[in-house]
Formats: sequence, structure tokens, C-alpha cells
Amino acid sequence: MNTASAPILQVKGLSKRFGGFVALDDIDLDVGQGERLGLIGPNGSGKSTLVNCICGTLQNETGTVHFNGHALNGAPAHKRTHLGLARSFQLPRPFASMTVADNIRVPLLYTVRQRTGLVHSHIDLGRRCVELLALVGLEHLAERSPRDLSQVDMRKLELARAVASEPKLLIADEAMAGLSHSEVEDIVQLLLRLNKDEGITVILIEHIMRAVMSFSQRLAVLVSGRKIADGKPDEVVNNPQVVSAYLGQ
Amino acid sequence: MRSWVFLIVALIVAAAVFAAALLVRTTYGDYLLFAGYVVLQYVVLATAWNILGGYCGYVNFGSAAFFAIGAYTTVALHKLGANPGRYLSDTPFEVLGTLLPLSLPTLILLGGIVSGLVGFGMGYLTLRLRGVFFAIATLAMAVVLQTIVVNWDYVGGSRGAYIIRPDAAEIGPVSLAYIQYLFLAMMLLAVFALWVARTIERSRMGLGLAAIRDDEPAAEASGVPTLRLKLAATALSGALMGMAGAPFPYYVGYVEPANAFGLPYAVNAIAMPMIGGTTTWAGPLVGALVLGSLQQIATVTFRSEASLLIVGVLLVGFVIVAPRGIVGLVENWRRPKKKKLKSPQ
Amino acid sequence: MSLDLLLNAIVAGLLLGGFYAAVTVGISISFGMLDVVNIAHPAFIIVGSYIAYIVNDALGLDPILTAVVVLPAFYLMGQVVYQVFYLSFEKRGEEALRGLAFFFGLLFITEVVLILTFGVDYRYVQAPYIGPTWRIGFVDFPLRMLIPCVVSLLLVTGLQLFLARTFIGRAIMAVAQDQQALRLLSVDPIRIKRIAFGISIATAALAGAFLIIIQPVEPSVGREYIGRVFAICVLGGMGSLPGTVIAAMLLGILESFTATFYGPSWAPAVAFGFLLVTLAVRPAGLLGR
Repeated sequence: MNTASAPILQVKGLSKRFGGFVALDDIDLDVGQGERLGLIGPNGSGKSTLVNCICGTLQNETGTVHFNGHALNGAPAHKRTHLGLARSFQLPRPFASMTVADNIRVPLLYTVRQRTGLVHSHIDLGRRCVELLALVGLEHLAERSPRDLSQVDMRKLELARAVASEPKLLIADEAMAGLSHSEVEDIVQLLLRLNKDEGITVILIEHIMRAVMSFSQRLAVLVSGRKIADGKPDEVVNNPQVVSAYLGQ
Repeated sequence: MRSWVFLIVALIVAAAVFAAALLVRTTYGDYLLFAGYVVLQYVVLATAWNILGGYCGYVNFGSAAFFAIGAYTTVALHKLGANPGRYLSDTPFEVLGTLLPLSLPTLILLGGIVSGLVGFGMGYLTLRLRGVFFAIATLAMAVVLQTIVVNWDYVGGSRGAYIIRPDAAEIGPVSLAYIQYLFLAMMLLAVFALWVARTIERSRMGLGLAAIRDDEPAAEASGVPTLRLKLAATALSGALMGMAGAPFPYYVGYVEPANAFGLPYAVNAIAMPMIGGTTTWAGPLVGALVLGSLQQIATVTFRSEASLLIVGVLLVGFVIVAPRGIVGLVENWRRPKKKKLKSPQ
Repeated sequence: MSLDLLLNAIVAGLLLGGFYAAVTVGISISFGMLDVVNIAHPAFIIVGSYIAYIVNDALGLDPILTAVVVLPAFYLMGQVVYQVFYLSFEKRGEEALRGLAFFFGLLFITEVVLILTFGVDYRYVQAPYIGPTWRIGFVDFPLRMLIPCVVSLLLVTGLQLFLARTFIGRAIMAVAQDQQALRLLSVDPIRIKRIAFGISIATAALAGAFLIIIQPVEPSVGREYIGRVFAICVLGGMGSLPGTVIAAMLLGILESFTATFYGPSWAPAVAFGFLLVTLAVRPAGLLGR
């Protein structure tokens, strides 16, 4: 795609260590406006650490992250969300004491109102809430507790909450783990809709190769904290280095 | 119910209670006013604790310290007022001297400001860390502040300080016995605290605090400025506790570290919301009214330690058996009924 | 400041620190390794002190010996408390707010029951080593400090060997990090946590005996120790026993200096200052877990 022209996310020389353990080693990653990037790698390769560093949940020691023209270094996570960088968590983390609808109200009140002042009245808020729940197909569960939701609905709520902040870039961290074949298809279609209809750039982190291959325009591979491949999905999966990494070196 | 409607209703209820207290006084003497004052003081403390503890999930074990800050602010200013020539003889301070002695509402306000600032500072140091560290820090803070007061001779050190309670207070043309005045002040403070808590609960801030309580990283990811909200809640909660403590010296007449930093405040401030229910403003109110009255009765009947034992046992019992408190129990009891009403329609 | 005053302050601090290690080791296990925020730990220590007092008063038995005899009872008590905690809070995932309130309630109930039973008078024990002082050069080694310090260091060393060398010990160290891995070894993590919590409460029996040897005890003394034990535990690196000993010695010396050069009434404030500095300077160590 148009990666070269105007990357929305630019990661340069990012490293992160935990004590003596190097979790991420000198990572460079550019993501273009409107792109669909798949990020894969074996367990413990540093994918989630990378997401956490980009989103501000963890602070990286060296390297820089630029998002949509802003330098993010040191900015707290909520500031990044205000700038249009949203994520879903690997294990769904709903606000358990609230209703499903209130889960969506949190980003609407704290991000969208903050940024645009668009959601002004309670009527606006309620309408936007219903729209978002309808987008993921949860409108009939609006007043239920997240505790009553099935696995797949929980994942959808997680994505709806991320999308509610009206992001420019969405990072979906293993949004499909533990789901059935048809449920995975559901989520892939949802992410494709978000990308094509809403123009959201999406980074998909996933183990289910079928989903990654059908979704991604580009694929990046992390192994032991290093990026070992980055390119067209077909080429990347046939790259001997990637193959050996996945077969256990 | 809109916020100002709630405030008016609460004020009407307060006025009715106050009128009733004045009427009853002619038959039972001042005892009921003294007991009622203590119960109302607990309404303020429990409500204040719940703003941080119940809404946001951060446990403050140092309520007694915030209460004592309010009380000792009054002691310090009262002493200054009793003898302004001695402490404020220098010219720049002489002007200040003419303002003294300060009125009770001013003292309440100042007590609130001082303990609110302490809450803010304490929060700034510890709120970035996991919630348990905040809880432990508040526990230790109570000990340190008590040590400082014990070593501070100006406010009486470990010996304590006597505060002479005025006989009466004038509000415009009306003259009230001082205990009536104190009761009225605490009553209005309780209404104010409940109004603040209820307003927060139903506002954007309330939703943000609940998000922090449920899952802090997810709240951040949703754009909630968690540190700022926690700081605001800590400062506000501390300020209300300090306000509850500010009239205390006039109430007891003698303030020493042991009674101002009394264990009952720390324990009741936690136990009352936990037993009443932590998720709504009504919980701490119910908890404070029930437990506060119970303790007032038990203190007359048994030793005061025995009444505290009841609180401790109820606290442990409730957190194990009924985590949502009395309010939760009532809701559970009412819900099946509602369904029955709906089904024939 | 003369050299002998300085040396004596350092030695007194080290002896005090040795005792603090025994007071904290239980928290290092429950909070540091199991992530159970047992703020009631000082209350168990005070119970240990009162048991030592009762037996000493009635039978004249040595307090440390009494503590060793009641160790199993404390161990069982710890297991019961953990089981209640687990079933009521940990299993439901509600330990943060309500678990803290639960332990706070326990702390408070213990204190009130002790006040109702024994009153607020200071109690003390009698033993041959309370009183005499060894003197090497111009440095004093009061035996009532030295004996608790030595036994305490033996206790911590023994626990460290147990944790490092035995299967159960290693399982305890692993339980906070990776419960799943333990399950794969067909070890029940809850059972391991119950055992560990039992051990942590058992140490309170000994710490309580040391406490009443060192100073007279009344029911609310325990509160002064809350700030101390958590400051030591956090600075010691949350669950490292050698770290606990080093941090305990550091606090001991700090308090001893404060008492020598500023006066004993300021000593309680030292622990909190220590805690705040710890939180400010070593947040990485805190967040690492």
C-alpha cells in the first residue's frame, strides 16, 4: 500500500528489557494509512510487549514511536487513546461492574467528548452507544452485565469499546483466541468492515494463520524480540527464516 | 432525580430532623444531640471514605489521620485566636490577628483545605503504584502524623489541649445553645457530603472512577486519565474527612492525639460503607446510621471497646457473606418482587 | 559525636534489625511470595507475645521455648485463615477491596479482644537473659536484644534453606509466578499457598516472643509494626529473604540513630519515611511484580 507516503505509525529502534531479559531488540516498524498489517510470532516473541510499548502500558527504554505526526515517548496511555490509538486486550478486560452499554460510554465520554465535543447530550451518547453495539451485533445485550456474555460476545465488546474511541489505528491483540471456526470468521469480517467502511488502520496480532492470511495485506514476524521478516504475506510465510522459526529452529 | 432537587429534599429532611431534635431536647436534655452529632459525623466520614474506596476501589486506612488534621487545624487556629498578641505581634500578622477568632464554618472550610492538600500530596506520592501500596501508605501515614502531633508542643503535644466551648452561638437573630449549633453544622455537612457523593456517582467522573475500580489498564486504554481522577478523589475524600474533624475540638473540649487519631474513626470509616454497601451514596448513609446508632446504644450499655468489637465482627461477617452490603441485600430482596409485578402485565 | 556513641548506635541498630527480620519474614512470604496482603500479621505477632506472657507468668517457661511449642498451632491457624480468605475473596476475584477490609477487621478484632481481656496495661516476661549485658571494648551487647537477633537470623536462614532446597519450598517460590506450571506438575497451588501462609503465621509466634523479650507489650503495639514490616518487605525486594534481612538491618540502624540523636519519640515516624522513600526511589522494584 502507500506505506512510503505517510505512515500513520512509525516505530524506530525500539528496545525493551525486563531485568536482564531482552524482550524487544531494536524494532523498526512502519504502518501505512488505512493498511491492514498482520503481526505474528511464536509465544513469548514480544508481540504483546510491542503493543504495550506502542500503547503506553509499558515504557520503552530506547527508540521512538511516532503516531500520526506526534512523538509518543513518555505520553501516558490515555493521551495516546485521545490521539486516536486504540487497542483491544489479549484477555478481554471488560468493566465488570457496569452494563455492556456503560462499557461503551467510558471511551465515548472520556475520549470522543474530550477530542471533538461531538457527544454532547445524553441523547447523542445513547444513540452513539446503540450504533456501536449494533456494529458488532450486541445491541440486544446492552443492559446485561459483561459477566453474562459468551467468549465471542466478550471479544466483540472488547472491540466495540476500542472502536468507540473513534481511533485512526486499532491494534487487535489476539482478538480471536479460543473461538470456533465460524466465530473467527465473524471477527475477521468485523475487522474488515472497520477497515474498509470506517477507514481504520488495523494491526492484527494473531496465532490463527487462516485468519491472518485472509485479513492482512502485509505481514511482519517477530521472533525472540527481533523482527525477522516484513512483507507480502505469501512471501513472508515461505521465507525460510520464518519457516525455521516456526518449526523450532 | 436531578442534583438540585436531591439537595433540596435532603435539606428539608435535615431541617425536619433538626426541628425534631430541638423539640425532643426539652424532654431528654442534650444527650440526644451529643449522640446525634457523633452519628452525623460518621455519615460524613463514611461518605467521604466511599468516594475513594467504594467508587474507585482504593482503600484508605488513614481516615483517623485526615479527621485529626481537621481537628488540629482548629486547635492551632483556636490557640492563635485565644492569644493573638503572643503569636502575631509582628506588623504583617497584626491584620490577621484582627480576623480571629474564626467562626465555625470558616474553621470547617480551612480544616477541609488542609487535609485535602495532605490527601493530594499523599496521593501524588503513592497513587502511581498498585492499590495495596496506597493502602499500606495510608496506614503508616496515620502513625507518622500522630508522631508529629505528639512532638508538636504548640498544639499540646502528648498532653493535649483544652478548648473552651462557647455557651451559645448567634445565627442572625436566633441564639442557639452551642451543642445545637454543632449539631446543625454537622447536619449540613452531612447533607453536603451526601450531595457531593451522589453528584460524583452520576457524573462522568463517577463512571471514570468505576472504570478504574474495575480495571485500571483498560480504563487508561479507554482514555480515562486515571492518575488525575484518583488524585481528585483522594483530595476530595480527605477534605471531607478533615471537615468532619474540624468542629471536633469544640465538641469534646479536650483534644489529645489519642482521641483525635482514635481507632474508631479509621475502623468505622471503612466498616460503615462496607456494611451499608459501597456502590451507591445510600450505602455509607445506611451503614453510618445503623452502626452509629448501635454504637451509641452499646456504649451506654456495655464498655466502649465492646461496641467496637461489634463493628469489627460485623465488618468481617459482611465482607465474607454479603459483599454488597445492606443496600445489596435490600436490592436482592426487592428484585424478585419486581419480576412478579411485571409478569402479569 | 563520639566514636563509642556511634558504634553503639550501629550495633544496637543491627541487633534491632535482626529482630525486625523475624517480624517481617512472615509478610515477605504472604505478601511478597503469595500476593496476599495480610495487614493483620502484626496482630498475630501480638497474640504470640501474649501467649508467651501468659505461659511465662503462670509456669515461668522461657518465652522462646513457648513460641516453639505453639508453632504448630499458629501454623494451623494460618491455614484456616488462608482457607477462609481463599474461599471468600481470592476465588471470587474480589481480594483487592474486600480482602484488605477482611484482614483489617481481623487486626482490629484481635486488638479489641486483647484489650477486653488484658486491658491496656503493659505486660512483660521474665527470663535470665533479660537484664545482663555483654561488653566488648566499649560496645554494649544487651542479651535481651542479642538472643532474639540470633534466633531470628537462624529462623530466616532455616526458612531460606527450606525454600531453596525442598520441593514444597520451590513450589512456594513458584506459586505467585506460575500457577499453571504447578498444575502441570500435579501440584495444587491452593494447597501450596495454604502451607506457605501457615508458615508465615507460624513465624509470628516466634516474632511475638522476641517482641515481648525486647519491650513490654500492650494490645495496640502491633499497629506501630505495620509501617515497618511493609517498608522492609518492599525495600527487601518483595519476597526475597536475604533482601528482607538487609532491609531490616538498614531500618534498624536508621531507627537506632534517630533514637540516639533525636530522641525516641520520633522513632515511629522513621519507618514511614523509610516506606515513602522506598516507594519513591525503588518503584521499579515494586512494579516488577
